[in-house]
Amino acid sequence: MRPFAYVSANTPKRAIAASTAESQFLAGGTTLIDLMKLDVLQPERIVDINPLQARYGGIERTAEGVRLGALVRMGEAADDPVLRSEYPVLAQALQQAASPQLRNMATLAGNVLQRTRCTYFRNPSYHACNKREPGSGCAALDGLNRKHAVLGVSEHCIATYAGDFAQALIALDASVDVAGRSGERRIPFAQLHRLPANTPDVETTLAPAELITAFFVPSGPWTRRSHYLKIRDRESFAFALASAAVALHVENGEVREARIGLGGVATVPWRGREAEGVLKGKALSQESAQAAAEAAFASAQSRDQNAYKPELGRRTLVRALMTAAALEI
Amino acid sequence: MADGTVNRRRFLSATAVAAASGLVPGAATAQGGEGPERVPADRHPVSLSVNGRPHHLVIDPRRTLLDLLRDDLALTGAKKGCDHGQCGACTVLVGGKRVLACLTLAAAVRADVSTIEGLASADGALHPMQEAFMQEDAFQCGYCTPGQILSAIACVREKHANGEDEIREFMSGNICRCAAYPNIVKAIARAKSRTEA
Repeated sequence: MRPFAYVSANTPKRAIAASTAESQFLAGGTTLIDLMKLDVLQPERIVDINPLQARYGGIERTAEGVRLGALVRMGEAADDPVLRSEYPVLAQALQQAASPQLRNMATLAGNVLQRTRCTYFRNPSYHACNKREPGSGCAALDGLNRKHAVLGVSEHCIATYAGDFAQALIALDASVDVAGRSGERRIPFAQLHRLPANTPDVETTLAPAELITAFFVPSGPWTRRSHYLKIRDRESFAFALASAAVALHVENGEVREARIGLGGVATVPWRGREAEGVLKGKALSQESAQAAAEAAFASAQSRDQNAYKPELGRRTLVRALMTAAALEI
Repeated sequence: MADGTVNRRRFLSATAVAAASGLVPGAATAQGGEGPERVPADRHPVSLSVNGRPHHLVIDPRRTLLDLLRDDLALTGAKKGCDHGQCGACTVLVGGKRVLACLTLAAAVRADVSTIEGLASADGALHPMQEAFMQEDAFQCGYCTPGQILSAIACVREKHANGEDEIREFMSGNICRCAAYPNIVKAIARAKSRTEA
């Protein structure tokens, strides 16, 4: 690990003021310390924001929804009784992520900002990675790409967005509260991440020194009938090959509203709007779920080793939808 | 073991303590009483409690909790496996929660640390989880065992040890290359029922 200066901040103002172009905020550290050891990240300064725990570490239920502090640990949110009963897709996505130790350390904001697991990004001995070294190329295009994305890809990057919780947030139309040098703002969660396009190194719309302070998830008639299905190489402690976060509002056998997030298959947290449109106003059946899944992956572009992903993604979505529809709530 | 014999652990402990030049009696001494701004950027004073004992050290901010435990405090129970948060061999409790010491900056530790060395009581009686691991033969080479035991204690405390499936799911952060999993699961179930009895 390269040398850095360590400072800790006990107010958001100090955290933002201490931030430089070459600094990183430290929350749980599970991505940051790992990538510093790998020499992928080389911050000159670490701004430890854990002293802000008292301010940003709470889960608050309101009439409109639930507010999740940025520094809530993943494990704590996964065990939260309100999330488990009223927003099961959120709790399930968190509980199926990482390991118990990592969930005790990692924060919600850190989790949504976690970096890709692409081999070429994580290993600097490979020269070509546009995300790590803009303009150097993408070794994954014709390399080891079994786990890479099929949606939202560009000719410059096909790295998969690794997280689970983000799929649940995007499906439930969450928003993000952000604090920075020019004050506070709220953005839709769907606007937090950027498609790789021709600048895969720029992953979010956050300005320098901006800090996520909370997530807000609005409640709706679909939040209880929600489910997260994650398919992996092994049953636990593995990243998704494909996943689906679904939430349904069903009335008199008809889908009023379907909310769909897709993971393990896209370069950013992915909202399956085309699939939602197919389901709206229909009865949920194996056939309509299949039609929705076809729509979700209509624009998929696979490569040598990940050609299985569109089909795995479709089946994952169909099963998640059928499971959610059968829930007794 | 006869006095004067050198075994691996004793040799390592002696060299580790000797090498721990960062060990100082108190943070105030380290700063020379001139305030924290006089501490060079690469030397950071920390105070932390490990197994109930306070320690004051001046460390490089890059020091992980795992390296501090093993190299500065000669507590070699927490093991370095992958050093990237994937194997669980370095699992310790911080503020009663299981975490990975290899991904924790020592400078950022703000709660009491518990390691395998602190589990037995003063009279030498083992923790029920240690007893259960011995009774069920829940290890072969033993390298992952300190991490397994601390993770298992937390697993029971978090109420995620209800049956084999849940134990397996909530122990997935601790890898055992000898694959002693069946007996690890049995040991945790046994310790859980003993604690509840």
